[in-house]
This record gives sequence, C-alpha cells and structure tokens, in this order.
Amino acid sequence: MSYEFLEREGMYSGHVACPGCGAAIAMRFLLKALGEKTVLVIPACCWSIIAGPYPQSALRVPVLHTAFETGGAVSSGIRAALDVKGDTETVVVTWAGDGGTFDIGFQALSGAVERNEDIFYVCYDNEAYMNTGVQRSSSTPYGAWTTTTPATDWKKMRKKNIVEILAAHRIPYVATASIAFPEDFMRKVKKARAIKGSRFLHVYASCPTGWRIPSEMAVKIARMAVQTNIFPLYEVENGTKYTINYRSKGYLVKEYFRLQGRFKHLTEKDLEQIQEMIDEDWKLLLQKAGITSISEM
Amino acid sequence: MKKVIEGSHAVSEAVRLVKAEVISAYPITPQTHIVELLSEYCATGVMKARFLRVESEHSALAALIGASTAGARTFTATSSQGLAYMHELIHWTAGARLPIVMAVVNRALAPGWNIWTEQTDTLSQRDTGWLQFYCEDGQEALDTTVMAYKLAEQVNLPVMVVLDAFFLSHTYEPVDIPDPDQVDSFLPPFEPKFQLDPLNPCAFNQLSPPNVYMEMRYSMHESSLYALRAYQDIEKEFQDIFGRAYGVVEAVMCDDAEIIMVTSGTVTSTCRLLIEELRASGERVGLLKIKVFRPFPAEQVIDALRNAKKICVIDRNISFGSMGIFAQEIRASFCNESLKPQIFGFIAGLGGRDITVDTLKEIYFTAKENEHPERPDIWVNLNTEVLS
Repeated sequence: MSYEFLEREGMYSGHVACPGCGAAIAMRFLLKALGEKTVLVIPACCWSIIAGPYPQSALRVPVLHTAFETGGAVSSGIRAALDVKGDTETVVVTWAGDGGTFDIGFQALSGAVERNEDIFYVCYDNEAYMNTGVQRSSSTPYGAWTTTTPATDWKKMRKKNIVEILAAHRIPYVATASIAFPEDFMRKVKKARAIKGSRFLHVYASCPTGWRIPSEMAVKIARMAVQTNIFPLYEVENGTKYTINYRSKGYLVKEYFRLQGRFKHLTEKDLEQIQEMIDEDWKLLLQKAGITSISEM
Repeated sequence: MKKVIEGSHAVSEAVRLVKAEVISAYPITPQTHIVELLSEYCATGVMKARFLRVESEHSALAALIGASTAGARTFTATSSQGLAYMHELIHWTAGARLPIVMAVVNRALAPGWNIWTEQTDTLSQRDTGWLQFYCEDGQEALDTTVMAYKLAEQVNLPVMVVLDAFFLSHTYEPVDIPDPDQVDSFLPPFEPKFQLDPLNPCAFNQLSPPNVYMEMRYSMHESSLYALRAYQDIEKEFQDIFGRAYGVVEAVMCDDAEIIMVTSGTVTSTCRLLIEELRASGERVGLLKIKVFRPFPAEQVIDALRNAKKICVIDRNISFGSMGIFAQEIRASFCNESLKPQIFGFIAGLGGRDITVDTLKEIYFTAKENEHPERPDIWVNLNTEVLS
C-alpha cells in the first residue's frame, strides 16, 4: 500500500458508530484514497448519525447531509454548480447506505447515471435498514432475519443485484469493494476518482449490531463474503468489460452463514439451497467476464 | 424594451436576466413553457447556466439543494402534482435556508385529472417556510421573479413566484423586459456566507438535537417575518431603477368603500373591471389585491379593510373541513381587532372554472344583501345537476 494512503486521514479520531462498524472502516478507506478536494453528499443512513451532531463533525471534508432518496440528484446539482464556477478538480461523492441506494434512492441514482453525471456514487451496503433498527431492504440477502422478516418468516427473496443494474446503464465504471481488502478498495477509489462521468462503487460493510456478530468479527465476516463468492470483487467498465479481482478459495457459504446470528434459523437444507444460488450467480459472473473455467483466471 | 410575450416566458426572461447558474426541471403542464425557453437559452449560450433534465420534480429540487449549497444561483418551476411530490424537499429547502427561487403555475390537484388553475397546490405548502408571491400579469411575474432573488438571498429563504395556469401562464401581453445592465446593478452576484468548499470544510444539515433545533426554527420564523419589510425596501429600490412597484397588497378605492373584494392572482384583473362598473353605478365598492401571502401582511390587510362593513374574500382554493385559505388568514388577522367587518368567504373557480365579472358581481350582491354570511365558505355557482 502506498505511503500516501497510510498517512492521510479524512476522518477525525472520534465518531459515533457502533463498535466494529464496517461503514466507519469503509469511510476511512474512502477518504484516504480520495484526498482533500472532495465534497461528500450523505443521504439519510447510519452515517447521518455517525458523522456526529451539531456542532461536531467526524469528517475533514465538506459534507451535505440530505434527504433519504436524493443521493443521485443532490450530487448532480453540486457538480453542476462547481462546473459553472470552473472547479473541475473537486470530486463530488455520494455516500449512501443500501436503503438509500437499492430502494428509496434508486430512482434518483438511475436518473443521475443515465445522464452520466460526473459523480462518484458509493454505496456502503450493510444489507438492511440498520439505522432504524435492522429492517429488511432489497439488499437484504435470501435467508436473513431482520426485525421485519422474523426468523419464522425470514426473507425468501434474493438480494437485488445493484452492480448489474448499474452496469446496464453503461456508465464508465462500476465496481465492488470490501472493507477486508483495503488495497483493492483504495485502488478502486483512486481509479474511479480519475474517471469522468458516473462511477459506482458497491462496498460491503459488515454490521455487527444488525448481523448479530461480535464486533471483532466485522472484518473477518467481510473477508469470508468475498472468499465464499457471496460478494465477489470485480469491476465493470462501460457496462461490458468485466474484470474479476479476486480468485475464490472455494469456501462454503455455510461457514459464513453459521457465524452470524441473522442466519441461525436456517436448516442444512436451506444452506444447501443458498450454496446453489451463490454458485449459480458466480457462474453467471464468470460468463460475463468471458471465463469458462477457473484455470483461466 | 416592450415585447409581446407569454406569461410563462416573462418568468423565463427574468431567470435569464438574474443569470441563474443551475436550472433543473421536470415536465408538467402548465409549467413547461417556462423551462423550455430556458433550456434553449442554455443550449444556445444566451445563458451560461447548466440545465439539468432530471427524472422527477423531487430530483429537480434536490439538485438545486446541492447546487445552491455549492454557491450557485438556482431556478426551477413546477405545478400541482409536481409541487406535491416535492413537498418533503420544500420543507428541506427552507430549513436549509437556501435562497432557491421557484415559479409555480397553479394547477388543480388530481383526482380527477385537471390541468386548469386553482391555488390549493401552492397554498397547501403554506407552512413550509417558503415565501409566496401571487402575480396578476406577465409584467408582475417578471418583476417579481427578479425581486424574489434579491429577497431570497438577503433573508436566506426560498421564494415561490406563483402564476395562474393559462390565464397568466399562456396569455400573451406586452411586457417591458429590463435592460441586463440595470438588472446587474439591482441584483449583485450570489455570494453566500457558507458554502461547500474543500478549503473550508463545513457540515450542512447535520443531526440537530432538541437543544438547537428550536432556535433554528425560531430564526427561520424571524427571517420570514423580516422578509416583509425587506421586500418593501427591495421594491423601492426596484422602483427607482425600473419605475414599477406593486406593494405587498394593493388597495383600490378602499378608503370609502362599504364592501371590499379581496383577490389574488388574475382574478384581480377581472375584479378591477367590476369595481369600475359598480362605482359608475354608485356602489361603494373597493378591491384589495393580496400579492404577498407568506409572510402574511396582516397589518396591511387590516389597514385596508378595517373601515369597510363587509369583506368578500374570493378563494380559488379550499381547506377541506374549514374554508377558503385567504379567508382563514384574513379572519385570523382580525381576531384581536375591536372593529371587525363581516367577512364573507367565497369559494370560486376551482379546477379552472371561469370567474367572470358576472361571477364577481353575484358575489358582491350576495354580501350586500345579507347582513352576515350564512356559512364561512359560500360556494359560488355550484351546478346542482352535477351534484345530484
């Protein structure tokens, strides 16, 4: 990792996230890679709280806190204003949770990237509405307990594939990243920063509180999500050019599921079914990347 | 320079003259003509603004919230459903103290679908913190839009410039289009005290606990009240340069009037004809036009109306379960006054139904022939066949 990344901090030492919060780790990596000439837009999400109440702020960059569903539109407006004023150097970044991206903010996001606005949209995904107390979102994975999908009626729908939807807009850059892979994460942020047009980064950010895991497991669980192919690390350029960044060690998904309280109601049979779903998704991704056998990677 | 232009384009010309920097909009009839002309001005370089063709009204206002916080002068326009869809951000804009100016072409809300004029859309945004100015003609729409920027940027509150659908938005009239240099001398560039700036990082709109939230709201309210005085000063300045002024209200032959008609928007022009006609036949009638609705000019309204015996408030809107909204405001203004005229509230012209001189005459004589109103909301010209 470059020295620059190790030294630079975009966050102050204090914030009000839960212990082990993946979203706090993700923000730290993001700002390390973005540098000072950054404006952040934060629609309603955990980070509306984490950044701290008036008159404090955990962030060293200017932040515009905004309404839940406006992440794509507000950043478009800031970009337009900076362009008119001749500031093309500052990067405008939306930092939204999965609810603000997959669900309520989806329209504004789709609108912004369809216009290929020169914005960088980062979704930190903790797979449910964590800030309001762990309610299901369209990003919540198949099989999960949440406070609105109790263990007796757990979520039976697949997680929405936001990366493929964004790639279908044929924008210059779409990628996934994980808090367990900082070098890969920051390389992608730096790459996205240098690209003009709409960029989208989907960051896997574990949530000890909502996933019912010990706080010290936050990074390990995020790593396992990648190692099991549940959350593959990959990039899509211009909607067509796929690059897979991590070669899976072939861990079984049940090892990941068994560590988390949110999945403890699942039977062996359920887990087998989920393994099949993950395998199917992985195969589809390999096909898109033009890889027909693992040895080609 | 005088030109014959559409009411909508009077607003567009004002937005060109104030050199708005970011414009965003989503199509809805009858507002579209305003932004169509602006998109052309941006495309041809007449304006150096960025025009964002967003995917909804909600995003139109959201984009301006971003642009305005980044220090740009901004504009959007909408109507009816579009305004209702923006509602969350209407509150947000005022709470964030952003001087965004928006033209709203009044249109009735669905269902059933109706594209014609009615004020319920803007008046149901009454408690959001936006200042609201109702315009009578194309000239007033242009002038008010220019003044709206100066006021908004002075008091840090957003302004709605309100036009009646079709009767104003699609009507061609001669409009004096000011000289750009004169507008520049009237309106300095927008330089907000705080804005998004990487060299001076600030957090905007962050979590505000009970120990500070109430003071923020008090400050909004105080600025809103102050805006009435500020507007009058701005209008004086405007008059010195351009020779035109409107007043927060306009009283026509109210001094000796026994009955005063109270109007807003284009009904005012129709009512001016009625006043002339009735005065010629010896009726002691007056007219009060209310231009500024928020902040509500209670003092000016009371001053103009207090000596009359009866007031006829014409409301092209309805607060269901209560009465017309202008009537509510006027009754509330008089509540602690010892001398009160009888206030007759009339609901007329909903969903674009015509309000003619005859309609207004019927209203006048209803008030003249009855000592008290039979109910706080008298609905004018209801068709009993449709009701049955």
